[in-house]
This record gives sequence, structure tokens and C-alpha cells, in this order.
Amino acid sequence: MNDKFESIKQEILDGIDGLASSRAVYDFKKQFLDSKTGKIGQLMKEMKNIAPEERAGFGKGVNELKEWAQQKFSELDEKIREKELKLRYELERIDVTMPAEGRETGNLHPITQMRNEIIDVFSGMGFEVFENREIENDYYNFTALNTPKDHPARDMQDTFYLSPEFLLATQTSAAQIHTMEEKKPPIKILCPGKVFRSDDDATHSPMFHQMEGLVVDKKITLCDLKGMLDVFVKKIYGESTTTRLRPSYFPFTEPSVEVDVSCFECGGKGCKLCKGTGWIEILGAGIVNRKVLENCGIDPDEYSGLAFGIGIERATMLKYGINNIKLLFESDLRVLEQIDDN
Amino acid sequence: MLAPLSWLKEYVDIDVAPHELEKKLFSCGFEVEELREVGRDISGVVVGYVEECEPIPETHLHLCKVNAGEHGVFQVCCGADNVRAGGKFPLALVGATVYATAKDHKTVEGVMTIKKGKLRGYDSEGMLCSGTELGVSEDMFPGGGYNGLLELPEDARTGEDVKPLLGLDDWIYDVSITANRPDCQSILGLAREVAAALKKPLKEPSYDYAQTDVVKEGFTVSVEASDLCPRYIGHYVYDVKIGESPLWMKRRLALVGQTAISNIVDITNYVMLEMGQPMHAFDCGYLEGNEIRVRRAGDGEKIVTLDSQEYELNSNNLVICDGVKPVALAGVMGGLNSEIRDTTAAVMFESAKFARDNIRKTSRALGKRTDASAKYEKGVDEYTTVHAMKRALHLITELGCGKVSATHLDVNTGNSIEPREMKVSVRRVNDVLGIEVPGEEILKIMESLNFAPAIDGDELTLQVPAYREDMDSYPDVAEEVIRMYGYDHVIPTFMPDALVTMGGMNRKQRRELKLKRDLCSMGAYECIHYSFFSPSDLDLLRLPEDAPERNAIRILNPINEELSLMRTTLAASMLNAIARNQKKGNLSGRLFELGKKFIPKELPLTDYPDERDTLCIGIFGGGESFFTLKGMAEKTAESLYLKFEYVPCAKPFLHPYQTAAIVCQGVEIGYLGKVAYPVAEELDLREDSYLLEIDMKTVAGLEAGKASFHPLSKFPEESRDLALVMDRGITCSQVETVIRDSCSYVKKIRLFDVYEGEQIPADKRSMAFTVDFEPGQEAFEEDSVDRFVKKILKNLKNQLDVDLRS
Repeated sequence: MNDKFESIKQEILDGIDGLASSRAVYDFKKQFLDSKTGKIGQLMKEMKNIAPEERAGFGKGVNELKEWAQQKFSELDEKIREKELKLRYELERIDVTMPAEGRETGNLHPITQMRNEIIDVFSGMGFEVFENREIENDYYNFTALNTPKDHPARDMQDTFYLSPEFLLATQTSAAQIHTMEEKKPPIKILCPGKVFRSDDDATHSPMFHQMEGLVVDKKITLCDLKGMLDVFVKKIYGESTTTRLRPSYFPFTEPSVEVDVSCFECGGKGCKLCKGTGWIEILGAGIVNRKVLENCGIDPDEYSGLAFGIGIERATMLKYGINNIKLLFESDLRVLEQIDDN
Repeated sequence: MLAPLSWLKEYVDIDVAPHELEKKLFSCGFEVEELREVGRDISGVVVGYVEECEPIPETHLHLCKVNAGEHGVFQVCCGADNVRAGGKFPLALVGATVYATAKDHKTVEGVMTIKKGKLRGYDSEGMLCSGTELGVSEDMFPGGGYNGLLELPEDARTGEDVKPLLGLDDWIYDVSITANRPDCQSILGLAREVAAALKKPLKEPSYDYAQTDVVKEGFTVSVEASDLCPRYIGHYVYDVKIGESPLWMKRRLALVGQTAISNIVDITNYVMLEMGQPMHAFDCGYLEGNEIRVRRAGDGEKIVTLDSQEYELNSNNLVICDGVKPVALAGVMGGLNSEIRDTTAAVMFESAKFARDNIRKTSRALGKRTDASAKYEKGVDEYTTVHAMKRALHLITELGCGKVSATHLDVNTGNSIEPREMKVSVRRVNDVLGIEVPGEEILKIMESLNFAPAIDGDELTLQVPAYREDMDSYPDVAEEVIRMYGYDHVIPTFMPDALVTMGGMNRKQRRELKLKRDLCSMGAYECIHYSFFSPSDLDLLRLPEDAPERNAIRILNPINEELSLMRTTLAASMLNAIARNQKKGNLSGRLFELGKKFIPKELPLTDYPDERDTLCIGIFGGGESFFTLKGMAEKTAESLYLKFEYVPCAKPFLHPYQTAAIVCQGVEIGYLGKVAYPVAEELDLREDSYLLEIDMKTVAGLEAGKASFHPLSKFPEESRDLALVMDRGITCSQVETVIRDSCSYVKKIRLFDVYEGEQIPADKRSMAFTVDFEPGQEAFEEDSVDRFVKKILKNLKNQLDVDLRS
């Protein structure tokens, strides 16, 4: 009987050397270990022909042989699978430096990106966002903003007229009036919008974007304006940026200031960007003129306000070093693809 | 406004460097747009004494030996006709910079550096210069205009830099004057600010003059339009001797770019520049009727102004007339008929205040802007009107070019030129600023600005000078205080007394931003185009004459015709953007814009037009098709929580068979389609392009789907593939609608194949769909789905004559 075991053993040992695939291993293994047809399984059927006293020994022998074979086959299987896997991987070798598939993501317009950035900063300070009309009437664009018909400040802006009464908004400040007519203090609003002036060169476009900010509440001061704008410029141009206020004039604020930021290119030492001054003008602001509050039915003895207007193109061009405002409105993909700061 | 440093020094002892003064002006509210040295381009030019001067044979040249003092003695070839031994002339040393002139020796053609040279074989080390080569005109220095060498005075020290000698070391400030400070649009006005900034006293110019007893008998001034002329002062000057102005006056005029004409005319210009008051002088010999009348012009009345231009006027224009005719267009320009001539013997000087909006309107309407009109538009105060006349009469006396009569006619509406008293609360001033400026500082500042301040407790009393018409209430005082005290005293705070408010974007704004981001995720780039477009854009779109898009709002004063209409569609701007990209070699891309179109309620506008938010998408290039654009439309629908349907439609600028109207909840909201070939050809498009436009205002009014939870079925879904054959006219959506309406268990229908060809009849098309069926709360029975399919096929056959493909 032992001979039989030995010959099966030998047969397995002889057979496995030539096996090259897991499939072949499986088929070969089946010849021995299939519970019904396998040669080892068949041995069990011979049990009945074995003398009863030898049966225990025989059974043990068959089981040992079975375990041995299973062990042998699983070792072999593991080895072959490993080899096969390696081979499969080899065959699927790719050049990972080849280009990616799928469409690239587009970008928001640089103006929209800047606008969102500004909105983010002021939203955090409690400013709501209101949108502007592009077509305004004379009253909201000028008269209510303390710029009556004969006022020389009207010369500061070359207005596009649509009729004697209607015009293209020259400033987002008209939104101050619309807001204050509808809403009473406390007011904190941001009004982004398109505005228009009859100007056309490398730094002026007949259409551009402004962001008006307005706060009306009790005891609003120039110091509050400075505090707010300090935070704003640090968020937009970096933590080390500082502001400088200097006197200016707008009919709807008194006092009025121009706000400069320390040059973020040279840190204030003086360079081409800041024309050697160390400062860059970024916005106009001031304390809301009493007459404007009165025009909107808000008591200027009880409330005061501050307002500021940011030129979004300028802020954008400064931030990304864009040298011609026209590039922002030409929709050249080579430009739009570059500005991705979403 | 231009202000020479030397002129400012007439009124203030300026003891700071030119750039330091610029900083001082800047910090108190006067931005210097440009600060330039008069002789900034000139360097290395010294007084040269010509020791020897020999003609070079057969040329017009002279060979000179020029002594330049400490710089040495140089051999110089010179072609000027007035070169001579013993003369002193400007010598540009080797390395000097001077102006290069054209052949006419008059036209400046840039700056040149003097090099060692050789003329006709003779070495020349340096160049003797003309006035033009140094930028010195006749008005700036006598002989400066001569077409030859500039003769320097005999007492000029040989070897000395010529710049101080010729006034080329002076500085010109180009100062930007804000609209609230018309009182500063003059040298004197600016000098007042300089004095305050430097804490120096102001030296007022002289206003005294010698008046004779002579009167112009019976002469009258009457102002008929007193609303347009609150003040009119006339003064008669006789025994006038027309001649040249003195050098100091000509020089100052020249420094600010004004050409000297004659003493009388120069006085009017000088006073305007110095005081900010436009002045005029009429030749009395040409005034008829012994009177001046200030009145509105008659309709169609004509005047020829000093520059020989004729204007037809109307009652909106103010004119100065004698007893018969208009002699000046008030506040803008004098009339040719009464201009100062060489023969003028007596003049009537005018110093007046005119209503600024009237001058502005006249100046605009006639397209005539002058220095005078610019000043009147910004505003001239009566204090200045009065003082300017005195100043002009002083100058008559000083120059000795006429006699000041006793005929002084002053018509006014009773406005005082005395300071007015103003009382403000110191606390309120500080409340505006947010800091406490010490009372003594406030006093010092207001004193330096001539407000004669006094503080009593919280009350600050000011005597506001009559020229400070801008001063109204405490915020104005706060501004005066802080601009002189210094904005660096303002410290950052954050509204300690304000209430909390809730910030951020509203739902519409958030949705818009989300839509933009969703479109970006599909590879599209956001664009922003002008809100205006061109009438030719409407033609590009082939819109018929009666198309609503042609009813566009017109800009009355556009920059040009191309930018003259407010957009009624965003399609044209997008098409142009696509064309520009293709021209630049960007042959594929996706663009979108979210902008407004403007729909007037009526024209001309009497009410706000409808500003309609509109989405426009433009895609172009290989790989793009109607269906890739439709994918973007679907993305838009998804982003807006809506469902869109597509119905074939026609647009004059789109392909007749690749265009669909976009419908949502039964409302047409837009369109998409392929750009028509004639349009593409007109724009030279090299690649197929597709456009979509959706009216977002209409969309905003539609009910958007809400996010809700639909319980998952416990039972498996089943699906069936149906290959169908139908007439070519049947659309995919018709088939889908029938399938969906036939069975409520249909969850999803996907078209996966379309076939036209030999295997089916010629006029037929095959479409193959996968239909997913979703069970409800119970599992499908064994034959449920087969029954559904049967019913679907029956309905397809009955309604659309669709067969199952065999």
C-alpha cells in the first residue's frame, strides 16, 4: 500500500515541475485531489478492501498524503500566482508622464475672482451684498449723492447719457441711496457693479467694475474706516500690507480720503510698480456726507456712516501684474487660462 | 494746474527743497501729478567767452577759441551768424545734454549729448547754443527766440552754470486741484495752502493803484440776467499805451505755457493765473452806445470770438453787449469786434462772476473750452472777483501802461465778501475723526488757514474767509483739521458702538456663483464683455428689421458707433470673442458670460429699462457639437435644480436644423445651436462654433426643484434594451415621452445607438434604448417587465408608428 502512496507522491513530484500556469496547477491538482475523481480520493474507496486492523493505518496514510499534496500544491500555486501577477503587471506597464485625459477646469473671470475675494473679506465683517443697476437716473447717480446739476464734480466723470434723465451708472455709489431708501440702520452693505465712463486707453476702459461699501450706524468714525480697510488690504495683498489715508474729495463724503497701500511688490522701498513712491492708490473713501443721509431720510445727528469704493480692475491688475485693462475684456483664452485663484 | 516754484515764492518764503514741498502739498490734499525742473533736460552748459573767432574758408563756419573758466579753453566750430570774439554765449561742454533741433533750428527733436566732433577737418570740443537748444524762449530770456546764439550778459561769470542765469533751475508743479477747492485754482490760492503747510505767513500781492478823477461820462453797466451773473465789475482805463509786458511777467506766463501778447492782454491773463479770476478787457473804441449790458443771447444771435470762430447762440447763452451788439461770450471768450489792438487807447476791464452751470452748458453746447470757462465751471468766488479787479488796476499802474479812471461800476446781488461766522462743536469734529485732537492744535490749524478761530468750551467759532465757499458744517472743519494735523494720527478701530449685522451673499447670488463654478467644471472660462455693442452686431446676427433685439437703447454720446447701443442679446459679443480667439490661434475652447441685456419699456427712456440677467455660452473647435453644448445646457439645468426640454426652432444666425429652443416648465427661456455658415464666414471662423443663450431673469421666476429623499426600493431593478425603427421625422424625445407615459415604473431611458443604412428601409432610422424599470414597495412579478414592454411597444406603434427592429 505504501508503494501506492509513494508512487502517487512521486507522480505529483514529477508532474509539478512542468507546470507553468495556475490553470495547469489547478487541472493537475484536480487529478489527485478532486473529492470524487482524484487519485487520492480514489484511495479512500479502497478502504473496503483493506483488512480491518490495517484500516486505521491506511486512513492515516491517505490523510497524510492528502495533506502533503495540498501543502505541495498550495506552495506551488502561490509561487506561480506571484509570477503570473508580476508578469501581468509588467505587461500593463505605462509611461506615467504621458498626458492626462479629460477636460481641464475653466476659470472664473479674474474680475469675478477678485470680486469674490473682496466679498469674502467683508462678508466676515457683516456686510450683505447688493447688486447695482447699470442704467441709473440722474437723481440716484448724482443729485442724491450731493452732486447737483451745476456741481463741478460732475466733470470728474465723463458720463454716458441715454436720455436727459437716464445714464449709465458712473459709480456704484448710487446703490448707497437705493439701499438707504429701503433699509434703515444698522446698514453694512457691499455693492459690486459695472460702471461706465467715457474713457478709453491702456488704463481706462469705458466699462469697469467697482465695489461700493457702506456702513451707517451710530458713531462711525474715520478710525473705523481705517480699521476696516487695514484688515481688508492684509487679506487681499498680504499680512505685511499697511494703509495710508490722504485727503481727497468726493461730493458724497466729507472728509474724503484716498487710501494707499504699502507697495506689495517692493514692501515700500520704491519700485516700478509704485513708481518709486512705495505706495499704491487702491480706493477712495470717506465719512458719508450729512446731506446724503438727509436725502435718504436718515437723521445725520443720530447716525453717521462711512463709504468706500474699490476699483476692481485696478485691484486685479495690480494683483496679477496685468498691464493693459483691455486684456480683461477681450476674452482671449491665453489670458483667461492664466488667472486661476478660485 | 501749473505752478512755478519761483512764482509761489513771491507770496511765501519757501525754505524747503522742491521735493519736500511736493510731499507737504500731497499730505494736505494737493497731489502733485508732475514735478519737473524747467531745465531738466539741460546739463553741462556753462557761460563761454569767445576769445578768438576765425572764419573757416569756403564755409559759413567759424573756428572759435572759447574760454569756459574753470572748465578750460576749448576749440569749437560754430555755424551761427552772431558768433563773435568778445561775446559770451552758452557753451555745452563735451558730455552736456541739450535739445536737438530740426533743420529750421526751431523744432525740438529730442535731447542730445554733446560729443567731441570734427567739422571740415577741425576738432570741435563742445557746442555754442541757441535759446531753442536750451529750451529758452524769447519770453523767458531776451534773445532766447533768436535763430542763432543766445547772447548772455557781459557781466555773466565765465565758466558758471547757465541754468540759474536763464531760470532753468526753476521747478514747475503740476498740481491736481479737487473740485471742492476752486479757490486753489490759482497761484495765490495754492500759495495760501503752501503757507499753511509750512506754517509761514502769506505775503499778499499789492492791490493799490493810483486813481485819477477822470470819469467816462454817462457810462453804465446793467445786468439783465442776474441769475446768471451775480456780480459784474467794470473799470475804465484810459491813456493806454499798448506795448510789451516786462520780462518778469512774460517769463511767468511762459513758464505756465501762456504766450505773451501785449501788456493789456497779458495783465488779464496774469491776473487770471495769479488770482483765479478770468478777466477781460474791451477796446472802448469799438464799444457802441456807452454801456455794457449783460443779457441772455437772442435765438439765432451770432458772435465772432477772438479766435475768429462764429457761433450761433440761443437764450441759454449769456452775452456781454455794448449798446448795440454782443461783444463777448460771457465767461468763455471775448468778441473779435472789441479785441485789444495796437491802436487801443482806452479799455473797459471786466471782472465778473457767472453762474458755473450756465458757463458749463454754454461751453459744452458750443464745444468751446477755454481757461476762463474751465475756471468758471469749477466756481469763482466774489472775494476774488473784487480783488482781481484791484490787482489788474495795480498792474496798470505798476507797468505804467494806462491811467486808472474813477469810473468803477459794480453791479451785485448783495453778496458779502466779508468772512462769515460759523460755530461748530469741537466734540462733533472729533466724533467724525474718532480721535481727540487737542484744542490748541485745532486753533493753530484753523489760524494757519485764516479762519481766525476761537474756542469757548465745546464751541469753536470760525470766521470763514469768503473764498472758502466749500465750508459748510462740522465735517468740513474735521477735514481741515485732520488734513493739516496729519492722517497718520488716525488709528484703526472697529465700530465699537455699531450693532451686529449678518453678512454674505443672498440665495440668488450664491446660485449664480454656483452656476459659474459648475460651468467652469465643464471646462468653460468666464468672460466679461462690454454692456454696449454696435448696430453692425445686429446685422451680423441677421436680425430682421422688426426683431425685438433691434429696439435697443442708444447712448447719446458714445465713444464711437461700435459702442453705441445697449446690448439686447449677449450673442454678438460672444461671437466676436470666439472670432478673436480663432484669429489668435485658439482653435478650440469654451466661454461663458453672465451679463445683462437691456430691454427698454419705451424709447427714449422715461423709466428704468428692464435689466435682464442673461447667460451666454459659446463653444468652438474639434470635439464640440450641438450635443456637447447641450451637455452644458443640462449642467445648467442641474445647477439650477430645473429640467429643460428642447424643441427644434429657427434663429437667423444659427443652423436651421441644429438649433433648439430651451423650454422650462412650458416657458421658452432661451436657445442653443450651431452658428450659421454665412455668419461664421463673415467672422472668418475656422472652426465650427455653437451658441447658447438663456434668460436668467425668466429662469429665476420658475419653481426650482427642492432636494428631497426618495426611499430606495428593496427589490432589484430590471432593464431592457429596445431597438426601434421609425420614420426619420420622429424625434428621440417623442419616443422617450411615449415610453415614459406608457409605464410609471420607467426610471431611466438611455439612447445608446442610432442607425440609418442598408439594414433598414431607406426612409427609416433605428434608435436603440436601454430602459430601466424600478419596482416600488413590492417586487416585480415574473412577467411584469415583459408586460410593460409590450404596452410600450403597442403605444409606440399606435402613436408614432414605431416598430421593434427585427
